[in-house]
Amino acid sequence: MNGEMAQLILVTVVTAATPLFLAALGELVAERSGVLNLGVEGMMVMGAAGGFAAAYVTGSTLVGALAGIALGALMALLFALLTVVFAVSQVASGLALTIFGLGLSGLVGSGFVGLKRDPAPHLSIPGLTDLPGVGRLVFGEDYFVYAALALAVLVSFVLGRTRAGLVLRAVGDNHGSAHALGVPVRRVRILAVLFGGACAGLGGAYLSLAYTPFWSPEMTAGRGWIALALVVFASWRPWRALGGAVLFGGATVLQLHAQAFGIGLPGQFMSAIPYLATVLALVLLSLRRRAGSVAPAMLGTAFVPDR
Amino acid sequence: MHIELQPRLDPPRWLGVAAPVAAFAVALLIGGLIVALLGKSPLDAFRVYFVDPLTQDWSLEALAVKASPLVLIAVGLCFCFRANLWNIGAEGQFIAGGALGGALALATHGVPHDGPLGGSWILPAMLALGVVGGALYALIPAVLLVTLGVSEILTSLMLVYVARLALDYLVRGPWRDPQGFNFPVSVNFDPDATLPSLVEGASLHAGVLVTLAVVVLAAVVFGRTMLGYEIRIVGAAPRAARFAGFSERKLALAAFALSGGLAGLAGIMEVSGQIGQLQPSISPGYGFTAIIVAFLGRLQPVGILVAGLVLALTYVGGEGAQIALKLPLDVTTAFQGILLICVLGADVVTRYRVRLVGRVLA
Repeated sequence: MNGEMAQLILVTVVTAATPLFLAALGELVAERSGVLNLGVEGMMVMGAAGGFAAAYVTGSTLVGALAGIALGALMALLFALLTVVFAVSQVASGLALTIFGLGLSGLVGSGFVGLKRDPAPHLSIPGLTDLPGVGRLVFGEDYFVYAALALAVLVSFVLGRTRAGLVLRAVGDNHGSAHALGVPVRRVRILAVLFGGACAGLGGAYLSLAYTPFWSPEMTAGRGWIALALVVFASWRPWRALGGAVLFGGATVLQLHAQAFGIGLPGQFMSAIPYLATVLALVLLSLRRRAGSVAPAMLGTAFVPDR
Repeated sequence: MHIELQPRLDPPRWLGVAAPVAAFAVALLIGGLIVALLGKSPLDAFRVYFVDPLTQDWSLEALAVKASPLVLIAVGLCFCFRANLWNIGAEGQFIAGGALGGALALATHGVPHDGPLGGSWILPAMLALGVVGGALYALIPAVLLVTLGVSEILTSLMLVYVARLALDYLVRGPWRDPQGFNFPVSVNFDPDATLPSLVEGASLHAGVLVTLAVVVLAAVVFGRTMLGYEIRIVGAAPRAARFAGFSERKLALAAFALSGGLAGLAGIMEVSGQIGQLQPSISPGYGFTAIIVAFLGRLQPVGILVAGLVLALTYVGGEGAQIALKLPLDVTTAFQGILLICVLGADVVTRYRVRLVGRVLA
């Protein structure tokens, strides 16, 4: 295997990792505020359907991406209304959101099945992108990849270095105390959930705009759930989520290349790798982390003020 | 202005019935709106979805046959959900049960049965294997949860995809009918391995009776036995349960085994009573729809029976709507999601007094 081949594989790893990372990053922020949103899959698939529809109609990838973001956030708003405002079980509401999203995305996308459009544009810097071995990997990705990285820097900075991030984490670790200090707990949570939805929607739009240049029903294929696992895997830290996404992206790509390398396992087994890898990752992580959980203490519990 | 929730200490009983009914009505309105947006008449859609299936013999049978797996799975899930255990992989346990039970049907296919029992042992053994297959598959996330603290939500769901792919492999590979013109299906089950019809020549199979028996049994276990009591207490008041010395681990394993076993039973009954062979896909998402059934039935066996019939109606009606109104099947899925959202939203009024407060407090 030569260098160009290796680069090609790494580029596909990045492409497979980006939607997972975007969704995981958003969910991470929501969970840091104490809200577990199991609707990631539903928000992603809506982003994928709506993103493709909008991009196809307008001919603009940017409009598609924005539509994905908007739809993801809209779904998240519904979830926030249920769980944050009405204190409904977060687990049940998230499942409902996923079922709803899978159905509605089928309706939104039904007129667009089988249609194709040009894939999202890639960065192209004369001289740099053509560099042998690393040029395409570093300077020739599609714009989503760079946007995702910028978002990671932003989230990491805001969570760790700003007052807003401190407030968000306080809400997630002890909503009672945060409330007593005058923090608007529910407002913070709604915003965090909305951000999570926007990211999931963008990750979904990436699937139908860049990963494959078409829409097909249920095309997320469990990526939203893998993103949820990534957040646990990353111990709720943004950069670790990036590392995890690359690993999982690698597992996805492995399934595509394994047959080329002549591994004689049935195709279904290779397709099961990302799911088995998720289970395995969660098991290994729990073995390593015996001493107490690092999850936000309030994760999954609704906040109902005393009066 | 903001919304204030005051916990109800003693929610009135009628609310427990009125809330899901109101939720269903709201979901109907939203669903009608979607149908109207798709350019069809909401009234026609209502008739095709919810009235027509109730008017003909064959569709009433289809209703019972489709409600059976939903109810069976949901009854199992209510043991888990009541104990705050989130088994969302019933779809995978359904497949595992169908596959393991079906394996026996394939192994005994075409073999003469000379023993004193003849072939009469095969069907009961298949049902038992279905229960075992589903229970074992459900115990994977349960064991990981109680020994290592791995989130059962994620593992149980991931295993759904694994089960689907495994069945797909088996049916396209080792289990494929050699005389099947390369279609990815197994041989047709022998009569000894098929659940009998209740009515000659009809689709209504004996599994429906099994489901009814399970509902009664589950209602008794849930309401009148120590196991049911412990599960309810662990879910409602975990601290009190710990003081009372209930073993959370044992309960988690029991609840998962129970719900997996029932999902597996539903799986093998679907394969042996309805499909009659193994094929790459044996479920139109029963395992996930059953989650909605469980909540719509307020996590009680008898309520689940009613809710299962309602959701089965959307399946049967959805097929009719596809033919009569050219409405895509996704309308059904979307409606099911909306229904669950409404049911959960309605739950808030049973648990809290919801008030709009004019002045902003904190």
